[in-house]
Amino acid sequence: MATYDPVIFSRILTGLTLFVHIIYATIGVGVPLMIALAEWIGIKRNDTYYLLMARRWARGFTVTVAVGVVTGTAIGLQLSLLWPNFMRVGGQAIALPLFLETFAFFVEAIFLGIYLYTWDRFKNRMVHFMLLIPVAIGSSASAFFITTVNAFMNTPQGFDWVDGKMENIQPLLAMFNPAMPTKVSHVLVTAYVTSAFCLGAIAAFAMIRGRKHIYYKKALKLTMTAALVFALASAAIGDLSGKFLHEYQPEKLAAAEWHFETSDKAELILGGILTDENEVKFAIKIPFALSILAGGTPDTVVKGLNEVPEHLRPPLRASHYFFDMMVFIGIYLTVISLAYVIAHRRSRKTGKPVSRLLLWGVVLGAPLAIMAIESGWMFAEVGRQPWIIRGYMTVAEGATTSAHVDTMLWMFALLYALLTFTCVKVLIKMFKHNPAEDEIIARGIEGGHK
Amino acid sequence: MSYELLGITILWIFLFGYLLVASIDFGAGFFSYYSTISGKRHIIHRIIERYLSPVWEVTNVFLIFFIVGLVGFFPDAAYYYGTALLIPGSLATILLAIRGSYYAFSTYGSRDNRIYQFLYGASGLLIPAALSTVLAISEGGYITEQGGKVSFEFGKLFTHVYPYSVILLAIVSVLYISAMFLTYYAAKAQDEPALQVVRKYALFWSLPTILASLFVFYSIKGHNEQHFNNMVNNGWMFVMSFLFFLAAVWLVWRRRHYGIAFVAVMLQFGFAWFGYGKAHLPYLLYPYLTIHDNFTNPAMATALITVFVLGLLILIPSLFLLMRLFLFDANYVKGIKNDKGGKGGQGNSGATKA
Repeated sequence: MATYDPVIFSRILTGLTLFVHIIYATIGVGVPLMIALAEWIGIKRNDTYYLLMARRWARGFTVTVAVGVVTGTAIGLQLSLLWPNFMRVGGQAIALPLFLETFAFFVEAIFLGIYLYTWDRFKNRMVHFMLLIPVAIGSSASAFFITTVNAFMNTPQGFDWVDGKMENIQPLLAMFNPAMPTKVSHVLVTAYVTSAFCLGAIAAFAMIRGRKHIYYKKALKLTMTAALVFALASAAIGDLSGKFLHEYQPEKLAAAEWHFETSDKAELILGGILTDENEVKFAIKIPFALSILAGGTPDTVVKGLNEVPEHLRPPLRASHYFFDMMVFIGIYLTVISLAYVIAHRRSRKTGKPVSRLLLWGVVLGAPLAIMAIESGWMFAEVGRQPWIIRGYMTVAEGATTSAHVDTMLWMFALLYALLTFTCVKVLIKMFKHNPAEDEIIARGIEGGHK
Repeated sequence: MSYELLGITILWIFLFGYLLVASIDFGAGFFSYYSTISGKRHIIHRIIERYLSPVWEVTNVFLIFFIVGLVGFFPDAAYYYGTALLIPGSLATILLAIRGSYYAFSTYGSRDNRIYQFLYGASGLLIPAALSTVLAISEGGYITEQGGKVSFEFGKLFTHVYPYSVILLAIVSVLYISAMFLTYYAAKAQDEPALQVVRKYALFWSLPTILASLFVFYSIKGHNEQHFNNMVNNGWMFVMSFLFFLAAVWLVWRRRHYGIAFVAVMLQFGFAWFGYGKAHLPYLLYPYLTIHDNFTNPAMATALITVFVLGLLILIPSLFLLMRLFLFDANYVKGIKNDKGGKGGQGNSGATKA
């Protein structure tokens, strides 16, 4: 980083902010759904353990929401501070979803505040449960709207490009662009998987530490069942995303798979290294798989990188490794959640506890799921280099010309380190000093049913 | 009314909303910390927390709403302000981040952590200072554009009188508005000891507030003559503002009608805010950017305004519900839990033990 280049530093700072925000945002989207599931089951079965589960999750959730809100505020401001030229041009077309997102956020913020402070205020428990619906809808809706903005940057449409400006803008057409359906659904379901694994890992960890209370088993059963459903859904959506890329962003797919020659019966490449002469070595190659991923049949002709001018190619190594990591972890999460669901059924029949190894597998699933989110996101972003608005504006054209971006980068890096450190510390303290068993006794909950 | 004017009016109203809720929030954070070091925490802390806990997240949204709306309606604002405000904007963001998260850490996690309390109390006064510099910058004189390159003269912020006057006004107003609100809230809770403390704060900060307002008037004259003349032409609004100030202070002084007193505070700032804003038009950034320059395309303007109206249909009932539950619910405000077991919400559950 010898010479100062605002473009590079703007990219790093935006990347850093999003890298941090995405963790809390994913939890912010997925956890309300899990809380809602737990509370709903608790009310329906009149099972106080599930109600306690919802309550404990909600308490931890509040702390992560705080960091999610402030890092979200940071990226909201940085869009204009670091990319003023992009906002000047693109702002014309993406203002609507950005505006809608703040409304969704508003609803979420209001109802989360109400939900957290009215646990025992209503005679009818369903009233309290209903307050969570706007929270869950609000958080998923803001993910929806903000993802449409990102989708627009990948597959822009709904305007005429006249002398470097957007004219005759159709806001809805810009929002409902080709990348939108796969992107939005992928973002949502993977957020649900990740959150389910994060919550499941807490319970699994407690069981590894020798806690035997039925509360933890119930928590694991709920989270792993949800994780399995959403993991299968994200695999199906991942397949659709491949077909989308084939049609609209072939260079991204080709970069992910180091696919140079345009051909049919294309092979899928796993792992391996790429030599400087663009030869693939040490990789596992699955014949026909790329063609099937792209078009559903082995005969599908997949466009190769050689058709893309070199200066318009995304970085090849980063794209491939991020893509592989995302896919591998996705498979791992599916297998583990399936294994747990089966093991749970078996242990119910035989009375033997679920093996420790599998519990460790669940615990490991949480950080891996977050890594998958990060690498999937980085693949998506790196894969559209060098464009900020694909086909219209490069990243360099959109960046600020301001001095001091480097200083700001260090300040924000320090801030995020501080926030994450304190957040983890506070969360550990909250749950370690107040285990579920203590709270069950303190609240006078005995047995699952009152 | 043209779209431009409608757009900026909507945004200005939202910024006024932010000014009120954020002032209460920032000031309360400061008073909460101050009460800790002055040994009065046990008297007023509960009142402050009972109000702040359910609403802190909403406050943030008002600001985001304004920024997104401004960029949406006036894309050039993103270009000029975005390029120029990198440093002050980033500083404000960092302060907002520290405040928001340490509020949550201290409220839900480590209750008696003094460092957390300090971080969130102190940042509450620095944020209005950082944000108000944007108002100073909008008067012109700090941003220059030469050969298509926008640059910001950060140093000038420290050598001109005007920014100091705005920062001063922002800080004392925050403390004044917040204390006035807490006075009302404590009276509503029938918490006599807390009322005594916050009432004194309110009266104490009233004089600096009005002096700082006069100082701003004086320094605007020296900085941007045109804006000053516009303000004089709308002088009746500032006179109204002053009359409502007198009414508010008189009521609190006589210990009666605290609710009406706070309404008077809102009107005091309302008249001053909209008088200031009206006189500032048509400029968004003097002299480079007016509301007529590069206004967003008509299709987007219609879409934004439609969404805004639909959004309000959800927002107003939701805010109303929030206020009804936590502001106008006598039992909640007094801290009486109306549940069966006596175990309350988030506040006094397991987190307390941690």
